[in-house]
Amino acid sequence: MISARRVIADLKVTSRGFLRSREGVFFSLVFPVILMLIFGAIFSGGSSGPVTAYVQNNDLSGGVPTQASAAFVQALNSTNAMRLVPVPASDNFTLYLRSHSSSDGIVIPAGFQTQFEAGKPLNISVYGNPASQTSAIVSGVTSEIVNAFNLKRAGGSDVIGIQSLSVAITGTKYIDFLIPGLIGFSILTAPMFALVNISSQYKRDKLFKQLSLTPLTRGEWLLSKVIWYIMITIASFILMTAVGVYAFGANVVLSPYLLPFLVIGPFLFVSLGMLVGTASNSPESAAVVGNLVTFPMMFLSGTFFPISIMPTWLQTIAHVFPLFYVVEGLNNVMTYNNIGPAMIDLLVIFAIAIVIFGLAVRLFKWRED
Amino acid sequence: MDSLRKSYGGLKAVDGISFEVQEGEVFSLLGPNGAGKTTTIEILEGLRDKEGGKVSVLGMDPWKDGYELHRKMGIIPQGFRFFDYATPREAIRYYASLFDVKVDADKILKQVILEEAASINYNKLSGGQRQKLGLALSLVNNPQLVFLDEPTTGLDPQARRAVWDVIRELKEGNRTVLLTTHYLEEAQMLADRVAIMNHGRIISSGTMDEILEREGSGERLEVKASESLANFLKTETRLKVEYRDGIVSVLLEKPHDALITLTEIEESGIEWRSLRTRSDTLEDIFVRMVGESTKEAGEVV
Repeated sequence: MISARRVIADLKVTSRGFLRSREGVFFSLVFPVILMLIFGAIFSGGSSGPVTAYVQNNDLSGGVPTQASAAFVQALNSTNAMRLVPVPASDNFTLYLRSHSSSDGIVIPAGFQTQFEAGKPLNISVYGNPASQTSAIVSGVTSEIVNAFNLKRAGGSDVIGIQSLSVAITGTKYIDFLIPGLIGFSILTAPMFALVNISSQYKRDKLFKQLSLTPLTRGEWLLSKVIWYIMITIASFILMTAVGVYAFGANVVLSPYLLPFLVIGPFLFVSLGMLVGTASNSPESAAVVGNLVTFPMMFLSGTFFPISIMPTWLQTIAHVFPLFYVVEGLNNVMTYNNIGPAMIDLLVIFAIAIVIFGLAVRLFKWRED
Repeated sequence: MDSLRKSYGGLKAVDGISFEVQEGEVFSLLGPNGAGKTTTIEILEGLRDKEGGKVSVLGMDPWKDGYELHRKMGIIPQGFRFFDYATPREAIRYYASLFDVKVDADKILKQVILEEAASINYNKLSGGQRQKLGLALSLVNNPQLVFLDEPTTGLDPQARRAVWDVIRELKEGNRTVLLTTHYLEEAQMLADRVAIMNHGRIISSGTMDEILEREGSGERLEVKASESLANFLKTETRLKVEYRDGIVSVLLEKPHDALITLTEIEESGIEWRSLRTRSDTLEDIFVRMVGESTKEAGEVV
């Protein structure tokens, strides 16, 4: 019979041990937040910012740009898609680009205004590297402005415009995927590393043997670990959602359907950590096996980036990892509010958890014969 | 227990031993390292299964009924360890909750002289303090039967005395104590009966007085001198002479032997000093018995 009193007693010792060992707190709660700040900064800040493009205006009259060429530069600038850096008309443009380690630039030829007003053809030169994404933006934006000037010259007006929309409830940003991903990361790593460690060390130090001399049962011991890591997961969930929303303006759907993921996820990885720890002969070999299991799963399950950017064969492999279904499920609920598929993810996790728990309990012995 | 056996691979760790411990008795298993003491005690505790023979502890089978039995037993396993980030006071309260008993943690800590370390995390405790915590935890459930596996190994004299006091208190409270040790004076002082083990067998058992009488060889006369004196006495007399660490020791089987010894020493002309007589100590007997049983087992000493 499971005794709540004994589970609570063990939970107290477990929680104190966790809070007093600084590594535990750091890796379970602080580290995922640091990761979120780093990844959030890299992808939200940088990629949505303007592309740098060098502009040389050769259409001068008396040392100052002509009215038409100045209007063209102004139009390029007003798109906000590029940060324009002026290059003096006297400089060799390609040398200038190279000396600034850049390949993106626009050159307005001399006689731009005269030709434009006369309705005679002329070419704006766009420099770029065909392999680079920034060059595609520069040439795209420039041709857009060229079209607008041509249209104006012809006396037409815009008929078709574009309104930008994205595919989620209110616009999905990278950070919106990152929050469920990093919650998945902490559902995996906190219990996994801790249990691999604890179970292999307790085995070596004969601490399990010692506990077997008390009325505490194996089941109660495991239950207290599962409860503790559910609590850690929920704390981490609150922390990361708060940081995501307040620091990056993330959009998240908070739904009661998240709760089963925050319960079954830790249950799964406590069991897996336990399995790796008790199946190994020493804490050292347990750590190696633990890392072999944890690291590929950590990177390939859609925690840091959506798996859709990976090659197909790698996406297939990702489906092997239980964490993939945790992250996919969290994404389905938190980002898309898509409950049906999320429940399928949940079923998959639950089935895997039961199998791994069963194996772990089989191998986990209090005493030897 | 009767004809208990346990082996690991080809090694017979416990090779058919039998003994019985009475309620309220302090019983000590003595023997060198590797004698099979810990294996024996772990079978009694229900931590290991036996291979042959019969074991009954408080009327129960420790392997099958271990869970029931452990509520009535207090145990310090050899090489006791605890969770790194728990203090002795918390450890005692933890055990109290597990056993569902109410205890005054500070009182138990005082009893084992650990009150000064009550709030220090286990990983910061000294070896002796850890050992004392083990003893404290074995007392939490107010056990009828206490197993102490080398409880004083590595302790300073003051801590050792504290452990002895606890064992005496247990005895006064009519608790049964099973103690393993390799300190002979400890067994001599505390145990009602002892069993000396070597190579998985009991080579002698009974009360200390019984063993001393049975195995002891009486008075000895000893002088400090070189080995040449021992050799001289061996050739010139029929006395039983031993030489160890600069001491020539002669067994006095008859009072007259003392006179012969002194005369022969004088005759030898070999330099000697500090003469004394003494009885065989338990240590003499122990060393001799263990040595003999090892020779019988055909091992290189």
